Amino acid sequence: MKQIKTLTKASLKETKSKGGCGECQTSCQSACKTSCTVANQKCENI
Amino acid sequence: MIHQYTMFGLNIVLDVYSGAVHAVSDAVYEILLYLADETELPDTIPANVLNILSERYTKDELIEAYGEIYELHKQGLLLTDDEYKDLALNLPKKSVVKALCLHIAHDCNLRCSYCFADTGSFKGKRSLMSFETGKKAIDFVIENSEHRRNIEIDFFGGEPLINFKVVKQITEYAKEQGKLHDKNFRFTITTNGLLLNDEINDYINENMSNVVLSLDGRPQINDRVRRRVDGTGSYDTIVPKFKKLVESRGTKDYYIRGTFTANNLDFAQDVMHIVSLGFKQTSMEPVVVPDTEYYAILPEHLNKIYSEYERLAQIYIEKRQSGEPFNFFHFMIDLDQGPCVIKRLSGCGAGHEYLAITPDGDIYPCHQFVGDKNFYMGNVFDKTFDLSIKEKFEKSNVYTKPSCQDCFAKFYCSGGCCANAYHFNNDINKPYEMACAMERKRVECAIAIAAKLKLDE
Repeated sequence: MKQIKTLTKASLKETKSKGGCGECQTSCQSACKTSCTVANQKCENI
Repeated sequence: MIHQYTMFGLNIVLDVYSGAVHAVSDAVYEILLYLADETELPDTIPANVLNILSERYTKDELIEAYGEIYELHKQGLLLTDDEYKDLALNLPKKSVVKALCLHIAHDCNLRCSYCFADTGSFKGKRSLMSFETGKKAIDFVIENSEHRRNIEIDFFGGEPLINFKVVKQITEYAKEQGKLHDKNFRFTITTNGLLLNDEINDYINENMSNVVLSLDGRPQINDRVRRRVDGTGSYDTIVPKFKKLVESRGTKDYYIRGTFTANNLDFAQDVMHIVSLGFKQTSMEPVVVPDTEYYAILPEHLNKIYSEYERLAQIYIEKRQSGEPFNFFHFMIDLDQGPCVIKRLSGCGAGHEYLAITPDGDIYPCHQFVGDKNFYMGNVFDKTFDLSIKEKFEKSNVYTKPSCQDCFAKFYCSGGCCANAYHFNNDINKPYEMACAMERKRVECAIAIAAKLKLDE
């Protein structure tokens, strides 16, 4: 494509069926303790 | 639903429901302004859009731009529809406890003026957790975690190092019980650093997967707020101790975690001061206090905060590109390998997956609810555990929060912090708007950083 560069195709929809195992870290435990960025957590089931 | 914005000279388009991110031409960007609410597209560019934009772009340019938009739409990467609502309403109702915040000490050797924990006492009597309480808490999480293997324990306070003997006893007990019950305990500790020494460093490095070290940045900024009981500052004592701990830690995780207030809205300077000390893992959080406090962050501060995040993001990119990278907690969004949508819907897990335990063994939804009788959930000694409160938190997600519905950042913050929502709006499902505004800016910066770095590769 000439006018659009897709930087990530990471499809959230694909994780709908295989996600939810819950083995990932609780986000509040990592560094914030007051706010809530979840998207920087790692999946532990890849 | 899409979100489009410009940063670092890039036109960025986030497709909210697929998670796809695109850098686009000016023509595509402008066409999308007219299509933002669409989920079904015609196969040729709408005549009205073509007419309006013909003043600035050639017909061929617009047709080509629309063709690319249409192709990505068909691939499910642009202007996609919401497919998660039913999923959110039918999430597994019975979650299991997998993380505890252990309040090792309801006391502290600092008297920070912004402390949400009332300078360590959590609005109660100053007290220390006993080993017995810690054991009961570990037993509690093992009993309530069912098949979940990874269990997190955060040693928190107050200041946990004033009761470090018990931290060690609980850690050893959890490791021993973990072997018996096939649980992988991961420990973290949050400390102001005053009491760190070689012996404690060795134990932390051996046992704690992450350590959160509190420092607000420049000496005058830190010492204005983070003062000892006698009123003197803490910077000169803690910085050498943090350096020693971090140097001895090897590749294990740590964060230097600061708080900014209305007194240092130029907080990027504090992050960079921390980096200049040699630390690479940083976090800087906005203070959360009632608007009546003189250092509270208020709506009129937001524009300055936005430009400060953007300034920090610019430096973040420059440092990466010059081979001197550092991490900033909220900018560490991996566009390719983030968490699943179920995690993004349900958030931090407070009140159901994540609980706080006080020195007396009382159970609360998280550290920020401790001491609030309305959120008392039970006690690890008599094994009471109020499932009705647990259920309220279990049911709360992005789709139970009306103000999240039109927000592009909802899958990055999961609807925000329930405690902030409750404390400002008296409802865990009504997010604290100031936090939302700052989170949206951080998410924009994080995506723009990732985009810029990828395009410059």
